[in-house]
Amino acid sequence: MLAADDGARVIAGGQTLVPLMAMRLARPTRLIDIARIPGLSFVREQGASVVVGAATKQHVIETDPLIHAKVPLLAKVMPFVGHSATRARGTVGGSIANGDAAAEIVLVAVTLEATLTWRENGADQEMPAAEFFLGPMVTSLPLAACLKSVSFPVWQEPRVGVGFHEVNARQSDFAFVSAAAQLALDAEGLCTSATIGLGAATAVPMRLDAVADTLVGKGFDEAKVREATKAALADVEMLADLHASADYRRRVAVTMVVRAVADAYESARRP
Amino acid sequence: MKVELDINKEKHEVDVEPRMSLLDCLRDKLQLNGAHTGCEHGVCGACTVLVDGTAVRSCLMFAVQADGYAITTIEGLSPGPGELSILQDAFCETHGMQCGYCTPAMILAAQSLLSKNASPTRDEIVDAISGNICRCTGYAQIVEAIALAAERMRGQNQPQDASVTR
Amino acid sequence: MSAPGKFRFISSDRRVREDRRFVVGKGNFAADIVPQGVKHVALVTCPHPAAKIVSIDKSAALDMPGVHYVLDGAELAGATNVLATGLDTPNVPRRPLAVDVARYAGEWVVAVVADSRALAEDAAELVAVEYEPLPFVLDGEAAYKGGVLVHPAHGSNVLLDRTFVWGEVEKDFAASPHKFRHVVKWGRSATVPVETFGVTASWDPWREMLDVWASIQMPKYPDQIAMTMKLPMSSVRVHYDVDVGGSYGVKRGIKHTILVAYLAKRLGMPIRFIEDRLENMRGGDMHGPERNFDVEVAFDNNGIIRSMKMRALDNVGAYAGRSPFQLGKPVSAIVGPYKIKSVQYQAIAVLSNKTVQEAVRAFGQSPTNYAIERTIEEVANKLGLDRLEVRKRNLIRHEDFPYLIPSGSTYDSGNYQAVIEKVLTKADYPALVAERDRLRAAGTLAGIGIAACLEPSGGNSSFEPLLNPKVGTTTWMDSCRISIDLVGSITATMHTTSAGQGHETLVGTVVGEVLEVDPDKVRVVRADSLNSLPSNSPVGSRMAIMLGGAAFHAANKLKAKLIAIAAHDLDVPAERLTYENGNVFDASAPDKKRTWTELVTIGHRYIHRMPPDMEPGLSVSHIMPVPTGGGLPTADGRVQMYPCYSFEFHLMLVTIDPDLGKPEIKRYVIGHDCGTVINPKIVRGMTMGGIAHGIGAALYEEFAYNDDGLLVAQNFMDYLLPSAHEVPPVEIVHHETPSPLTVFGQKGSGESGYLGAPAAVASAVNDAIRPLGIVVNSLPIKVARLGDMIAAAREK
Repeated sequence: MLAADDGARVIAGGQTLVPLMAMRLARPTRLIDIARIPGLSFVREQGASVVVGAATKQHVIETDPLIHAKVPLLAKVMPFVGHSATRARGTVGGSIANGDAAAEIVLVAVTLEATLTWRENGADQEMPAAEFFLGPMVTSLPLAACLKSVSFPVWQEPRVGVGFHEVNARQSDFAFVSAAAQLALDAEGLCTSATIGLGAATAVPMRLDAVADTLVGKGFDEAKVREATKAALADVEMLADLHASADYRRRVAVTMVVRAVADAYESARRP
Repeated sequence: MKVELDINKEKHEVDVEPRMSLLDCLRDKLQLNGAHTGCEHGVCGACTVLVDGTAVRSCLMFAVQADGYAITTIEGLSPGPGELSILQDAFCETHGMQCGYCTPAMILAAQSLLSKNASPTRDEIVDAISGNICRCTGYAQIVEAIALAAERMRGQNQPQDASVTR
Repeated sequence: MSAPGKFRFISSDRRVREDRRFVVGKGNFAADIVPQGVKHVALVTCPHPAAKIVSIDKSAALDMPGVHYVLDGAELAGATNVLATGLDTPNVPRRPLAVDVARYAGEWVVAVVADSRALAEDAAELVAVEYEPLPFVLDGEAAYKGGVLVHPAHGSNVLLDRTFVWGEVEKDFAASPHKFRHVVKWGRSATVPVETFGVTASWDPWREMLDVWASIQMPKYPDQIAMTMKLPMSSVRVHYDVDVGGSYGVKRGIKHTILVAYLAKRLGMPIRFIEDRLENMRGGDMHGPERNFDVEVAFDNNGIIRSMKMRALDNVGAYAGRSPFQLGKPVSAIVGPYKIKSVQYQAIAVLSNKTVQEAVRAFGQSPTNYAIERTIEEVANKLGLDRLEVRKRNLIRHEDFPYLIPSGSTYDSGNYQAVIEKVLTKADYPALVAERDRLRAAGTLAGIGIAACLEPSGGNSSFEPLLNPKVGTTTWMDSCRISIDLVGSITATMHTTSAGQGHETLVGTVVGEVLEVDPDKVRVVRADSLNSLPSNSPVGSRMAIMLGGAAFHAANKLKAKLIAIAAHDLDVPAERLTYENGNVFDASAPDKKRTWTELVTIGHRYIHRMPPDMEPGLSVSHIMPVPTGGGLPTADGRVQMYPCYSFEFHLMLVTIDPDLGKPEIKRYVIGHDCGTVINPKIVRGMTMGGIAHGIGAALYEEFAYNDDGLLVAQNFMDYLLPSAHEVPPVEIVHHETPSPLTVFGQKGSGESGYLGAPAAVASAVNDAIRPLGIVVNSLPIKVARLGDMIAAAREK
């Protein structure tokens, strides 16, 4: 159906698409509702990953025990995603397919190096998150494709901690800057593996691998994390808009990363 | 396009343009005027209805997507003509409104919360209504209404609201 | 709460009867009213901040099935008069649809009528308008100087520039050892109700009657419809039984109404226009003040302020109705609660290519309170004195009332010190200060916010003759009619719409109090404009005083009539009779009695037993003038503006994350004195709601424009309304200093909270950042901007 009609679009929860339609900014000629297609809504373990069906509602993820156990970073951010009324309809796939740079689920997908799977012309295609998000609200998802699932790698280490911080004007707004961190600690509390993502500050969320690398083998050293983040962002172009200047984002990105990393260390230490 | 909607336990068949929102369908086709238009882009929450007992924004659903669910509007909450549910009465007790425009939506958001959480904390109440904008009350008397309703509903030993299904 | 036993129903904690219909979704809102055959309007709006309208091609729109009409500004202008203005500015004509030139982005240019709103929007997209963009001006100060003229025929961008000097200002300045001057800015925001403006009109050519149902809160609405439509006012019937979904001043949709009324008459079909949110934000003309205050004060070593010079420049937008009068109303409390002896006040209203303003809650008093409070704080800071102490030193004292301020208003009563003490006690002020200091020591920014503000109430439009000498209005009445029917039930009528203020409950309570009957048994209904007594609608925090007063007097007339009937029938002098719970009897001879039922029966059926010169039936009405009203301004602009003055004192503790610049209100206590409280639930709700509005104006809400003249905050994703997360729990302490001017001692409270919250938030943020040597003097205080300021200061 998507292939047959250039103006056709997929709709799942509609929490992003319908406001655009109401303001006549999006003008699909046809909507294909996938919200209730059986087989598009699921949460299951598959090898070393947890796979979430694209049409899985956000409020399901909020309380799903598998997500809490195996993809704690995703569970951590869910209360920050919109409002409970939007999570009742909005889907994980919808957030990803819309690709808003400030979306918490998008940040988690990038930070954890998730893999997106979509279906086009009867065949499945996969793409890592790092290549999927191209710009504000722009993704690699082909026009005639429908997102099928998101696969989040599961960290097998026994002690994994997560942290997430964002700053916004009102509690439920899209963030100006957000940071997510996941790390694993060894028995001595030293980091064995880490991943950090920065959201809302740049055109697409980005991983801060250079900063994550500095954590390996160490405990939490705030000054070092701060320095490393500052250096990593020195030449990165920051967004500037009605809500925050580029300077603000550059500066507060550092604070958000430091706090997210601190929280991740803290939550990993807890048995 | 024809679609059959289950609203307040009654079946309605409507014939609507695919682009008609559930909100507009409730109001214009079914004269259920309790759901209100505030922004039509999913922020203010004045259009809130319950879908299978959970609060959602009816301005963000198309009428043709709404079949197969149990939809509850404010009109489905009163036990009978001239009567108020415990929750509705609690809103009257604390004067949890002024102009009344956001009120049906607030009550339904509260209904959604209380059907899942019989003893919400103040923070949980605030979070549950944080997607519903009120410009009159500053929220204080609304939060008090919901807390009062929760207390009274806990004191009742019967199902909280027969119109809610999971 | 007043002394127990003083009143029976007044001040008791009664339910608000209106709530019953709202909790079941049976309010009667404008969008709920759908006459058979009604057609729908959508608008074509100008995308440029200023442009010549070169051509309008309606053909494609008219060709669409379901489209009935496409109306342009030229046609509408040919058939109607210009919309009324407040100031004398004939060269700044305002009409619902732009004629030849559009002067702000979002201005309405063409109206399309179709079978449904969706079709009307489809057709609106097909209307092809050719524009020639023109130069534009956005900044108020720039507009004041000239350059690009919004209305060249007016010769400048200045609608109003008037300076008042009350008292010996220069002398007081010369005599004072200290002076301080600064500029504070109030950003463009408004009270933005959740319900947009909506209106339906229907023209009956056989009765020659225009019926109007609207979400309206506006004095002189039927009058202005009639005058603009060139109809007799007796051909305009505005239905007041429409529930208004919040207004707080702004819903004066006269331009929407004229548009719809003209179309209804022209097409012979009922026409309906419900603004969508984008139409409302950009072109509904319901923005609020955007004001720069240049304030200079002269004071002594103790911080006593002797004199003040205030220049207030407001950027009113591309046209103006009554909104420039929002520079005049604050004259009623120009010195706030302080004993400032002399004042120079310059009021300037300028045009720009922005959306038009409308009346916003308190009609300019909140921005003025903010300017006064920011100034007195800086006086304290300059002298190194405590901010609370300096306020106390300047406050008008309880024994000074009634107190005449330099601009000619007399404050009726007050006990500011008592309210403040109650708040300090409730908050445990020393502990609050200690908490602030502890937080600071722990590395966060923390501040205490203080604001002492007045709420002038009772309404009066003396700012009209003050700012427009061609207008001599001194009447600002309201009214009530009460009937006892022949079966003995009581019905009272009120003659305006309400937007959640609980007026039906107010009237029922007052009538019940006087007639000693259960208020819930008093039916209260609304008239329409043709069977109404005069009213001036709920503006200026006036209804408790005016509608309450009118109901009181009408009820007393009715009571007197019942007593007179009994006196005549019993052949006992009226002075010997006691009225109790509706029955009348001689206390010394209790068998000489007439019951309610008997009196009602005599009144309606037995004229042979009535006093000879008394009208039969039991209907009375009362039209009440404003207490202390009726005066015109003196030559130097002094006038009694509003009769009654409520007082509020805000105290809060705010923390600011120094890295993020995000303020958080940790504790909020307010003391509120509005005299006798008629219904505690209503008053508390008003104050809480006003505080939420104030927090919005201080921290979140702004109608921001970009350099291209476009409104960038045009939906609810960018115009940020406080949700339940953003409004902290507020503790209210209550005090009652009755007014000597009103029937129960009540003052108004419809604007409470909003009048002081922005000042208090600004005070708290400034106290928090003061150790960094910075100050923020413009609202709203947005997170990122504050964060950038703090970072820059820390770098030094």
